[in-house]
Amino acid sequence: MRRASLAVRLTLACTGGVALLTVAALVGMLVGSVPITPGDLWLAWSDPDRLDPATATILLDLRLPRVLLGILVGASLALAGSGFQGILRNPLAGPYIVGTSAGAALGASLAIVLHLPSPLPWLSPVPALAFLGALGAMMAVYRLARIGNTLPVETFLLAGVVVGSFAGAMVSFLMTLAHEDLPRVVFWLMGSLGQADASRVALVAPYLLIGGVALYLLSPALNLASMGDEAAWSLGVDVERLKIRVILAGSLVTAAAVSASGLIGFLGLLVPHLTRMLVGPDHRVLMPASALGGAAFLVLADTVARTVGAPQEIPVGVVTAMVGAPFFFWLLHHRKGLS
Amino acid sequence: MTPPRLQAQGLAFSYTPDSPQVLDPLDLDLQPGSFVGLLGPNGSGKSTLLKLLAGVLRPVQGRVHLGGEDMSRIPRGRLASTLAFVPQDVQVWLPFTCREVVAMGRYVHRSGLGLLDSGHDEVVRRCMADTGVADLAERRITEVSGGEAQRVRIAQALAQEAGILVLDEPTSHLDISFQVEVMDLLSRLNRTRGLTILAALHDLNLASLYCDRLIALRQGHVLRDGPPAEVLEPTLLQDLFGVQVEVQSGPGRRPRIFLVPTEDRKA
Repeated sequence: MRRASLAVRLTLACTGGVALLTVAALVGMLVGSVPITPGDLWLAWSDPDRLDPATATILLDLRLPRVLLGILVGASLALAGSGFQGILRNPLAGPYIVGTSAGAALGASLAIVLHLPSPLPWLSPVPALAFLGALGAMMAVYRLARIGNTLPVETFLLAGVVVGSFAGAMVSFLMTLAHEDLPRVVFWLMGSLGQADASRVALVAPYLLIGGVALYLLSPALNLASMGDEAAWSLGVDVERLKIRVILAGSLVTAAAVSASGLIGFLGLLVPHLTRMLVGPDHRVLMPASALGGAAFLVLADTVARTVGAPQEIPVGVVTAMVGAPFFFWLLHHRKGLS
Repeated sequence: MTPPRLQAQGLAFSYTPDSPQVLDPLDLDLQPGSFVGLLGPNGSGKSTLLKLLAGVLRPVQGRVHLGGEDMSRIPRGRLASTLAFVPQDVQVWLPFTCREVVAMGRYVHRSGLGLLDSGHDEVVRRCMADTGVADLAERRITEVSGGEAQRVRIAQALAQEAGILVLDEPTSHLDISFQVEVMDLLSRLNRTRGLTILAALHDLNLASLYCDRLIALRQGHVLRDGPPAEVLEPTLLQDLFGVQVEVQSGPGRRPRIFLVPTEDRKA
């Protein structure tokens, strides 16, 4: 069967993705420990003054920021995962492969255990230090991996492991000192959208916008990168520059996402594969489609996380990994490979 | 349009600063429209030389000039529309269709940012027909045979519509019928469109039949450079590959090479 033209595939993928995300967002707003009727939701939209104050608080102050943050973080992680898998030509690459996650974890643990003040006035201490930690780890990996003007893939992966392990050890060390703060560190490491508020939405949004547009613009060159460095180079792509741009864009997006939500596992690994199965490998379709898919996936996972054990909340990272890992296994088993 | 002249002066290369040089300072001049075969045993530096001439590697010493211009100063896009390179053993890890892979050759000719690029169908179809892969258009590159993938890669290079084609062992995965087909295609492109062709080749008889100039490379330096009749002679081949061969003169002063079996050598 002939693969449909690019415009057709892009339109189909985006329409489907937007529809899925709309459903997910509606579910995220309506479902929870306190059920909300579609009528209340409509009222909140059309005439908020007539809404019961308790319902208004739940909808506008609790669920709306969570849904928005879920959309932004889910899209960010899926985009970064697609970009890293493409540029590293490695199906096991995810957004955390560059060590940003471990850097963010170190920053967050420092803030929690040592009760450090926020160095960024517009953010509370935990996301602020997490963000700086993620950026620091990314720069360390980049400096370690860069040889002259090139960024060899193997060196890059190795540098990610080295920086990640070091930061991980520091986190473990801080956890032994944490005492009564230990649950907060653990909860942060498992990922949660529970702290969603306007400042965290504002932290992620600009990076997702800039990084997402950058990755989309790089998608034609990313297609060529799947042929390998030499072939891509001879087809007219400056591969080294492309690698640096993709890694920079992907890392910034990941850094912002993990700072706002902690470490949400598996999503950035799983969603790109799943999307590729549905829309094919062309990054010009894959990028927007996996962003929409990642957003919908995280909003739904968060709805589960705060509903099943209510009033106790499960970290959303636990939900994504519990759904993601078996699914990933099924994918491997039934498709005999990940491409 | 005649392709530009490809020249190299004092080309030297080593993969790391302290590893031995793969190429001795080496000079080379490729006339526009020539069909040149590069011969030599494994490890003689053929692939390295091709990558340097294609601009994939940068020389440690010396320069490559394309139409008199220093290649290291030519932007990627312009270089790729002048010179196409087919490396050995390309592995595509994503399941693009063969048509999509060939269309990637049009990257240098993309309109705008290439985000919604189409309209190269005609060129892509022609290149696929020329290399005999039209039937594979909707097959995934990850699922076709090595020989088919090789021809798809050549089709992709043709889609760049470059005047110079550099190929690293283009016939290595092919059975004899496709070897002849690929060489016929290269020869046709060379004669009818005036393309300059430089290919590393292992099959001495194919090299003899198709090329109008052969370069024998050993341990990074040129052992001999000239028309097939001057390069393909028993002492040089013995020297180059360490095997004994018999050479007969064929039509058009194109030698035919026969391997002498080990038993006969002892006798």
